[in-house]
Amino acid sequence: MTASDVVISCKNVWKVFGDRPERLQLTPQTTMDELRATNHIAAVRDVSLEIRRGEMLVVMGLSGSGKSTLVRCLARLLDVTSGEVTVEGRDIGKLSEPELIELRRRKMGMVFQSFGLLPHRTALENVAFPLEMRGQDRSSRIARARDMLALVGLKGREGYFPRELSGGQQQRVGIARSLAVEPDIWFLDEPFSALDPLIRREMQDEFLRLKGMLAKTIVFITHDFDEALRLADRIAIMKDGAVEQIDTPERIVMAPATPYVAKFTEAIDRTRVVHALALAQPVEGRAIEGEPLPANETLHALARRIIGDSRALIPLVDQGRIAGLLDRKAALDLLLGPAA
Amino acid sequence: MMTATLPQPPFRLDQKRVAQAILLAALVLVLSRNVLPAYLLRLPESLVLPFADWINAVFDFARDDLGLMAFTRAFSDVVEFCLDVTANLLYGKSRWPQLGPIPWVVIAATAGMAGYALGGLRLAVLAGGTFVWIAVMGQWKWAMETLSVIVVAVPFAVVFGLLMGILAWRYRLAERILNPVLNIAQSLPHFAYMIPVVVFIGVGPKAGAIVTIIFSVPPMIRMSLLGLRAVSPEIIESGKMSGTTRWQLMTRVRLPAARTEILIGVNQVIMQSLAMVVLASFIGMPGLGQKLLQLLQALRIGLSVEIGITIVLLAIVLDRMSKAWAMKQPEHVEGATWVQRHRLLAIWLGLVALGFVMAWLHPYFAEVERKQALSMADPIDFVVGGFIDLIDPVTDWLRWFLITWVLIPLRDAFLWLPTSAVLLALAGIGWRIGGWRSALVCLAFALPIALSGWWDRAMITAYTVFVSVALALLIGVPLGLIGAANETRARRFLLVCDTAQTFPSFIYLIPVVMLFGVNDVAVVAAVMVFATVPIVRYTIEGLRNIPPEIVESAQMSGASRGQLLRHVKVPLAIPTLVVGANQSIMFALFMVIIAAFIGTQDLGQEMQRALSSTDVGKGLVLGFAVAFMGLLADHLLLKWARGKGATLGSR
Repeated sequence: MTASDVVISCKNVWKVFGDRPERLQLTPQTTMDELRATNHIAAVRDVSLEIRRGEMLVVMGLSGSGKSTLVRCLARLLDVTSGEVTVEGRDIGKLSEPELIELRRRKMGMVFQSFGLLPHRTALENVAFPLEMRGQDRSSRIARARDMLALVGLKGREGYFPRELSGGQQQRVGIARSLAVEPDIWFLDEPFSALDPLIRREMQDEFLRLKGMLAKTIVFITHDFDEALRLADRIAIMKDGAVEQIDTPERIVMAPATPYVAKFTEAIDRTRVVHALALAQPVEGRAIEGEPLPANETLHALARRIIGDSRALIPLVDQGRIAGLLDRKAALDLLLGPAA
Repeated sequence: MMTATLPQPPFRLDQKRVAQAILLAALVLVLSRNVLPAYLLRLPESLVLPFADWINAVFDFARDDLGLMAFTRAFSDVVEFCLDVTANLLYGKSRWPQLGPIPWVVIAATAGMAGYALGGLRLAVLAGGTFVWIAVMGQWKWAMETLSVIVVAVPFAVVFGLLMGILAWRYRLAERILNPVLNIAQSLPHFAYMIPVVVFIGVGPKAGAIVTIIFSVPPMIRMSLLGLRAVSPEIIESGKMSGTTRWQLMTRVRLPAARTEILIGVNQVIMQSLAMVVLASFIGMPGLGQKLLQLLQALRIGLSVEIGITIVLLAIVLDRMSKAWAMKQPEHVEGATWVQRHRLLAIWLGLVALGFVMAWLHPYFAEVERKQALSMADPIDFVVGGFIDLIDPVTDWLRWFLITWVLIPLRDAFLWLPTSAVLLALAGIGWRIGGWRSALVCLAFALPIALSGWWDRAMITAYTVFVSVALALLIGVPLGLIGAANETRARRFLLVCDTAQTFPSFIYLIPVVMLFGVNDVAVVAAVMVFATVPIVRYTIEGLRNIPPEIVESAQMSGASRGQLLRHVKVPLAIPTLVVGANQSIMFALFMVIIAAFIGTQDLGQEMQRALSSTDVGKGLVLGFAVAFMGLLADHLLLKWARGKGATLGSR
C-alpha cells in the first residue's frame, strides 16, 4: 500500500468538550477521570486510523461512543481538539474557510441520520442545492438533480416537499443530494437508523447497489452491528470515544481484540460472516482431489455442500486458482457447534 | 408543608425566618403608622432624585449636540415617503405616484384572495367580508388611513427586528445587552414610546408610523432569535457539507428553516402595530383610532360600536391571515402551463380587472359616499339607549356601591400605607420566594419609584391594578373551571380568549363607557375585562395539561369529581394559573395607563400630561415606573411559579 492510496487519515485525534479544552495537555495516557475532574468530556479519544481509496469503513458503536463526533471531525464540521486529520494528504485543520468550502463542494458528500433536508425546498431543489452553492448554472444543475433522483428511484417525485415524502424517500433524497457533486469521499452518519426495519433492509440493498456502481471512499456510521457486518470492508468498533478494534468483519468475528468487541460477536451467526478462505490452510504440496468450492462464499452459503462432503480437506478456488484447503472439521465446528 | 424525614437544607429555613422577620418589621411599621416620623411615611422631598431632568439633559444633548435630530429627520423622511405612497394608493392622498385611490372592490377582492390562498374559503369570506363591511358602512377612508400606516410600519419593524435578532444570535454580547432592554421595552406602556417620538418627529401620521415601528420591533427580535436557535443542527450541517459560505448558510438555510418562528414574529408585529396605530390617535394620527377617540369622548355610542366592530374585524383578519401564513406548509403543484401552476394568481388578476371595470362602470364600487353608507348608528344608539335606561338602576347602584364601599376605601388604604412599610414588605416577600437575590431585585424595582417622587400616583395605579386583577380572578377562575370541563368546550373557550387577546386594548373601553360613563368604575371595569382573558386562558391550560395518568389514578382511588378538582387538579394547575395572573397584571397595567383619558389620577394621567406638554423626562420616568411595577410582579410570580412547578416535578 502506498501513501497515495490513503484518502483519509487521522493521527491521535482528540475531541474534548468542556470549559477550556484547548488548554489541556492530551496524551494517549490521559484518562476520562482526569478530564472529568477538570469539567471536560472526551467524545473522541486518541483515534488513529487510515481509510484507503475505494474502501468502505464502517464505524460501529453504541450511542455516546463518539462515532458521530469522529465523522464530524473527519468532515471538519467540528475542529479537533488535538491531533491531525488529513484528507488526500492535506491537513484539513489548517484549511482556510474558502479552501474548506471548496473541498466540500468538490470532494465530499454527507448523509444524515434525520436527513437534514431543507424543508422549504422541493426534492429536486434539495438535490440541486450543493450544485447551486458552487454556482453551477440552473439548467445543468436541474438536469443533474433529475438524474440523481432517478438513480435513487424517486423519478416523478421531483416536485414534492420533504414533509410530503416518507422517511425512506426522504433519505433517498438525502443520498441523492450527497452524491450530486460526484464526491470522492462519502460520509454516511447512521443513514438508516431513523427508518423502520423493513425499509432499512431495502435501503441497505439500495446502498449496496449504489456502492457497487460508484466506487467511492466511504465512511459509514452505525450502531447496528449486523448492518456493519453486512456492508463493511473494514469495521472500527468504538467505545467511550476510543477505537477498540479496527479490522475486517471476518477478523472481528473470529478474533475479537477485547472483551467488549467479543460481546458484540457472541450473538452473531458467524457462518454468515466468515468466508471459506478464512478457515483455509495453505496447500503446501498436498494432493488436491475432487471438485473445489468457491473461496469467497460465506460458510453459511456453502453449508449444505460442506456437510455433504466427505473430504477432510476441501480445496478452495479463487479466480480460477486454488487458494487453499478448507479444514472441514473446523468448518463443521463453526456451522454446527463444537462436537460434544 | 414540611416533610419530617427529609432534612431541609439549613439555607431554606433561614430564608423563611428572615422573610418572616422582615414582614413582621413591615407590619410593625404599618401598625405604628400614626407615631412614625414623616420621613418613614413618605420619602422627604430632599431625597427625590430629579430623574426627569437628567433624562431631559441626555435627550437635549443627543438632539442638539450629537445631531441625532438630523438622523431621525432623515429616517422619518424615508418613512414619510413610503407613507405618502401608501396614502395615495389606499385613499387617494394627492402625492406621488398619483395612481390611487384603488377602488374598494379591488382591495376587498385582493383581501379575499389572500385569505383563500392562506386559509381556504372561511378565511376568504372573513377577509373579503371585512373590507366589504368597512366600505359599505362608510368607514373606508378612516380604515385606509390606519392601514396605510400599518402597511409601512410592519415591513420596517420586521426588517429591524430580524437584523437585531441575527445580531443577538451571532454575538453573545449583543444578546446580553438586548435581553434586559427588551424586558423593559415590552413592559413600557404605549404612551412612554410616544413622548420621545413627539419630541423628535412631532405629531401626525409620520410620528404615528414611527412610534408604531419602534413599539412593534421587540417581539420580532425575540422570535428571530428563537427561530435561528431552533434550527436543527443536522440541517445546518447538511448546509455546510453542501459547501455553503456563511452568507449562503444564513440566507438559504438558517433563515428559511426558521420560517415558522420568523412569521410568528411577523404576526406579533402586525398585532402590536394595530394596537399602537389605534392609540397613536393621541399624537394626532388620523384614522379609526382618532374617530373612535372623538366619538367616545362625545359619548356617541352607536358610531363607536361600528368603528369598534371594524377594528375588531381587522384585528381578527390580520391575526388569522398572518398565523395561517406562518403555519402554511409548502405543497407541491402539478401542471404544465403557467395558469395551471399559478391558478390563484390568475384568478386574482381576473378579479382585480373585474373590480376596476366595475368601479369604472359605477362610482359606488370605487368609493361609497358618506350618505350612501349603511351606517346603523342611530338605531344602535336608540337600542343601546333603551337598554342603558333599563339597567340604569342596576349600574347606578353598582357604581355607587363600588365607589363608596370598595374603591375609595381601598385607594385610601393604599395611600395610607407608609412607603417604608411597603418597601420592607416587598423585600420580605422577595426573600421568602427567592432569598436575598429576589429581595434585592424587588427593592431595585421599587426604590426608584419612591425616589422618583411619583409614589402616590404609583400607589393609585397599583390599587387600580390590584382591584381589577382581584376581580378578574374572581370571574376568570370559575369561568376557566367551567371551560375546562370537557375538551370541546375548552377549545371553544380558548378560541374566544385567543380572539379577545388580538383586539387592541382600546376596544375594551367602548362597552364600559357605554355602561358606566366616564369614571373610576369604568376604568376598573375595562381593566378587569381585559385582565380576565389571560386568567381564563391559563386556568383552562393548567387544568388541561395535567397528565391523564394522574387524573386516572385519582379516579381509581375513588375520588369524586369535587375531590378530584380540589385535591388533584387545582393544586397541579396552580403554577400555570399564577403565570396567567402574571400576564393579567401586565395587561392590567397597560390598560390602566390607556384608560387614563377617561379620567384617573394615577401615573397614566400624569403621562398624558407629559404627552401634551412633550416632557420626555417626565414621560419616561413615569413609563419606567409602570414598567418596574410590572417587572417586579413578573419577577415574584414567575419565580414562585417556577419553584412550585419544579417541586411538583412538572414543566
